Amino acid sequence: MPTSLSLVDRMQEKAVLAAAVVSKVASMDEAIAYVADVCANKEACQILASGCAEPLSDTAEELCRTKQQKIVCAPDMPEDVVAKLAALCEERGIAVITKGMRKRLGGIDIALTMAAAGIAETGTIVVRSTDEEVRLATMVAETHIAVLPAGAVVADSYDLEDRMAEWMAGPDYTAFITGPSRTADIERVLALGVHGPLELHLLILEGN
Amino acid sequence: MQDAANLKDYRKQLREALENEFQRQALDKFAVAYRTSRSNAFAGIDAPELIAEIAAAKDAAVDHLPELFEEFKRHAEAAGTKVHWAATAHDANEIIGAIAKENGVRTVVKSKSMTAEEIHLNDHLEGQGLEVTETDLGEWIIQLRHEGPSHMVMPAIHLSRYQVADLFTEVTHKQQDVDIQKLVKVARRELRPKYCQADMGISGANFAIAATGSIGIITNEGNARLTTTLPRVHVALAGIDKLAPTLHEALRIIKCLPKNATGQAITSYVTWITGAVPAASAKDGKKVHHVVFLDNGRMAMARDPEFKQVLRCIRCGACANVCPIYRLVGGHKYGHVYIGAIGLVATYFFHGREKARNLVQNCLNCGACKAVCAAGIDLPTLIKEIHARIQDEEGHPLYSKAVGQVLKNRTLFHTMLKSARLAQKPVTGGTPFLRHLPMFLFKDHDFRALPAIADTAFRERWEKIRPRVDKADVKVALFSGCVQDFVYPEQMEAAVAVIASRPGVAMDYPMGQSCCGLPLMMLGEKKAAKELAAHNMNAIDAQGFDYIVTLCASCASYLKHGYKRLFKDDPAMAFKAAQFTDRVIDFSSFVHDVLGMADESFAGPAKDVTYHAPCHLCRGLGVTEAPRALLRDAGLNYLPAAEEDVCCGFGGSFSVKFPELSKELLRKKIDNLKATGATAMATDCPGCIMQIRGGFEHDGTTFEVRHVAEYLAERLKRK
Ligand code: SF4
Ligand code: SF4
Repeated sequence: MPTSLSLVDRMQEKAVLAAAVVSKVASMDEAIAYVADVCANKEACQILASGCAEPLSDTAEELCRTKQQKIVCAPDMPEDVVAKLAALCEERGIAVITKGMRKRLGGIDIALTMAAAGIAETGTIVVRSTDEEVRLATMVAETHIAVLPAGAVVADSYDLEDRMAEWMAGPDYTAFITGPSRTADIERVLALGVHGPLELHLLILEGN
Repeated sequence: MQDAANLKDYRKQLREALENEFQRQALDKFAVAYRTSRSNAFAGIDAPELIAEIAAAKDAAVDHLPELFEEFKRHAEAAGTKVHWAATAHDANEIIGAIAKENGVRTVVKSKSMTAEEIHLNDHLEGQGLEVTETDLGEWIIQLRHEGPSHMVMPAIHLSRYQVADLFTEVTHKQQDVDIQKLVKVARRELRPKYCQADMGISGANFAIAATGSIGIITNEGNARLTTTLPRVHVALAGIDKLAPTLHEALRIIKCLPKNATGQAITSYVTWITGAVPAASAKDGKKVHHVVFLDNGRMAMARDPEFKQVLRCIRCGACANVCPIYRLVGGHKYGHVYIGAIGLVATYFFHGREKARNLVQNCLNCGACKAVCAAGIDLPTLIKEIHARIQDEEGHPLYSKAVGQVLKNRTLFHTMLKSARLAQKPVTGGTPFLRHLPMFLFKDHDFRALPAIADTAFRERWEKIRPRVDKADVKVALFSGCVQDFVYPEQMEAAVAVIASRPGVAMDYPMGQSCCGLPLMMLGEKKAAKELAAHNMNAIDAQGFDYIVTLCASCASYLKHGYKRLFKDDPAMAFKAAQFTDRVIDFSSFVHDVLGMADESFAGPAKDVTYHAPCHLCRGLGVTEAPRALLRDAGLNYLPAAEEDVCCGFGGSFSVKFPELSKELLRKKIDNLKATGATAMATDCPGCIMQIRGGFEHDGTTFEVRHVAEYLAERLKRK
């Protein structure tokens, strides 16, 4: 029964329903290891920016050449996290960057972000992306991995009203993200990853 | 885009649309799947309450649009956004064109915006020499095909993967595979460079929050995030009806919109943008940000007591999803730019009478749209209202005026019906009685056999059969409606027998009653309909009765809701109308809920029977349980049919104006009824009986089609 589930379990259940991949992690270190693993284990062909394998017009083809290496982008993450991630990735030949997304529009492998809140009712994460690098990373990456502190999960969007109103008091760009980018515009057949990430991973960070 | 010059051309276009097998199947599949996904999405949520909350919030906002605009402007400008008010579509185009010019814009990417479709923004910008690319997959596809959307949420729902593959082959100059997943990836890659190159991004806005000057955009693909992020200029175009005081109202709408649109709990992305946010591509590192609000007739609508509810619309598209007509002919024939039920209404206001004239006639008044609307808009009534307005503005067609003249004169109408009865005498078999009314001069009726007029009308039988009651506890006036009076008097007789089986119920049949007037509303003859309503309210002195019982779902629903509406601006009559309508009740509810008749009243052998739920009973009056319970209580084995509450296609004069559509709806109905395995059907409306029985007769299938009252009467326990 959903009513007997804790908020976090409900969050997980609903996010999975929206096609997100959800795991619980005990620490930031665990999250970092997860990111490095996902990136390292991506199939060779998935190093290609999504769609590159299809027959494309010459202009669209052009953009694919901008991608030569596996890349993780971790914009707006604490320095120590980036440093640890970089160390872990380096040995596997993965580059870790924190900015310059405009030069990577062909696609990158992974964007790592922190979610400001989670909405259990729909399995939605709230990502503050006023920082343009965050906004772009979470759209350009093929896999978006978001770390969501368990304590930041609320029951439904109504609970966020006051906080959001505060954020919106000045220039602000906030996103509700629920599962990967999707479309059903052709024959109502669901296809994931039309403009944004093909996958959304949620790492629910337990404890403090 | 529907642009037929007259009704004849429009019907021709409709016939062509009917022949589009792919579209028909796609929309059928969607309509069936939508039902289930919507009800799953709303499981555990009080949908009517949420809808009422949205309606109330929208109404409150609509009364204060200028103030909300000022408040939005103040906050948005403080955060670096420039805010504009465009009085007309032309103004909005000019404003956006000027923004492009002053920023040296050459290429534009757009995320989906119905408002931009409304003002034909792309044409304007392209005329200015700009390159404009739609980035929503469906919108991009229809842009490449140079056509308009055929659904508000799924603009390319009318196209097959084969058509898309051909189109993409043309665009990329590479042979494309007919595989949807691959086609989507191709679009992803083809559109990516467009974002990189674009100088300006244009988006719509689902919300404009006055308290903070923020906009909210709902998408699944995420294209709005790229459109509003990569280019150095962002212009959001919003109807002024998108203004909401605070985030509070927007969050309620978000809870409802995706569920009502596609059965999704929420879309993948909801984007909130406040002010000019950082943008590396802009000169000073800050986005050039504009919000353009479009009036284009909305303010006039906001002041119109009848039509201001149109501004509640949150563009979920549900009213098309459930519309039986949309399902048959698709959005290009069921709307101009805005499609579906709301499209019929919006077209008149945003695109003019010319474009709306034919469209508004193509409505069954089945109420499916109203029942599903996320904002509780009374769409069918507004559609009829516009039809009436257009006729008032342009002059009424001769036939509809003539029908008005005949129907509002009871003596003339009844004399005509009687002479029609004489005229049909020498002819054997089912002479179509409808042909004897002046309005029914159309051809194409051969898809159903129509009944003849009965030898003795109910009104002529009444004195003989009326039960005498000494001590009455309940006083009932019977309202027969024309069809039961003149075509199916046996249904009335059955009802009298059922009601009379309860002691203490006194029945009267006030002879002065006439047609309820709904057919006139369907023809846009509102004035004549009003006269007729007043006539009936005089003929039946409501104060003398506890109930006014009718066996016709359409009459009942119209007497109950329509009469009140007709007189709402006339205090004296409004009072009288309230007295009248409060007493109106349908036969099944009266027998089941008021008389409390249950299984002990009936006896008879078991028999399989299926049921057709008349639109005006199940949605018009919200009566769903009473007739089914009565059938079961009467010892019948009720077998539910698929899509039981979908219109049979009768719709009164609708079936005469659009016989091809009526025929298709009837065919589906008959297939669903047959599929139950029963060979008998009950319902609560003589119009539905006329249509469905006629359909079976034409079909050559033996299938008993009768009124609930007839089944009950034959199973009454004799005392
Ligand atoms: S009343 Fe029925 S036919 Fe008319 S627009 Fe609504 S759903 Fe369609
Ligand atoms: S009229 Fe109602 S159902 Fe139709 S799109 Fe608008 S809100 Fe949705």
